[in-house]
Amino acid sequence: MNYLNIIKNGIVKDNPTFVLMLGMCPTLATTTSAGNGLAMGLATMAVLMCTNFVISCMKNLTPDKVRIPVFIVVIATFVTLLQMAIKAYLPQVDKELGLFIPLIVVNCIILGRAEAFAAKNSPVASLIDGVGIGLGFTLALTLLGIVREILGAGAVFGYAFIPEDYNILLFVLAPGAFITLGYLIAIVNKLK
Amino acid sequence: MEYLLIFISAIFVNNIVLAQFLGICPFLGVSKKIDTSLGMSAAVAFVMVLATLVTWLVQTYVLVPAHLEYLQTIAFILVIASLVQMIEIILKKVSPALYQALGIFLPLITTNCAVLGVAILVIQKEMNLGHSIMYAFSTAIGFGLALTVFAGIREQLALTDIPKGMRGMAIVLVTAGLLSLAFMGFSGVDGGLRILLGLD
Repeated sequence: MNYLNIIKNGIVKDNPTFVLMLGMCPTLATTTSAGNGLAMGLATMAVLMCTNFVISCMKNLTPDKVRIPVFIVVIATFVTLLQMAIKAYLPQVDKELGLFIPLIVVNCIILGRAEAFAAKNSPVASLIDGVGIGLGFTLALTLLGIVREILGAGAVFGYAFIPEDYNILLFVLAPGAFITLGYLIAIVNKLK
Repeated sequence: MEYLLIFISAIFVNNIVLAQFLGICPFLGVSKKIDTSLGMSAAVAFVMVLATLVTWLVQTYVLVPAHLEYLQTIAFILVIASLVQMIEIILKKVSPALYQALGIFLPLITTNCAVLGVAILVIQKEMNLGHSIMYAFSTAIGFGLALTVFAGIREQLALTDIPKGMRGMAIVLVTAGLLSLAFMGFSGVDGGLRILLGLD
């Protein structure tokens, strides 16, 4: 399979947020600003690339019956490594994303890709699939974060350009996450 | 009195689904009918309380004394996965009727981030065992409440004529947003209750 195609599939045809609708918890919870959405997307992408690669390398060694527990341990290992790295080098990100970094373990995208792609394809193709799906997830989260930040805080990536009086606080709070994602999905449906 | 505060605040003020965004997948996935949403809520309540109990004990008596706190994520997810598996086997043997009702929901719960989320949250908030169990129980009730109310709305929604682009997940998410907005009306109740109960 063409590697460029795998990446394109991950971003457009199999977009985890707008098409597959997986990993909704971090999507809604961490997109209060464009920066947070980007950070969460990149963190998930890093884990997904590593787990896809390792699981694909191990696919002939894992008995079929215990594959899910094996996958979960591999995923949890990489999430723990990432958690420690973020705590050490990016304490600000750790504070913003908080609980949702360890919760990458139960993000259905990661287990889903392990099962649907990495367990059937070569390690390099799986790594590329991790990049593609990760990029699709990152783009969706950043887009959601940008929309919510503009409407709710009048800023993009922290650069304010709308006076505070015109901000709609609702969009930074919980209901805004559901409503924004709902309308973004409606727009994507329309474009399809 | 603290228990009452935890109870009210976890159900209404900091609702796990509508304010904290945990357990969104089952919230959107199994909320088409009230019956199934009740079954799911019961299964989640069962697993959440047990999982919090076991992970709290693992954290306090194994991980902390052995200075292995960094293994928290791996240890907790393994405990939860095996616990779910064990509950499934026990239920099948002991109470086939209950297994019939909850069986199909149990495997889904392993990847329900609300269970792992609550287990980690009670450790982060440094709650004692009693408070942790109460928190897990109330959170599960809050999850059940949100899920059942939402399922009721969706049953009605299925009968209405929705614009083409909004069909499917789009209208469901907007509805969830409105429900979340309604729950925001409870914000501040916990503060008032705290004063009322004389905890401050």
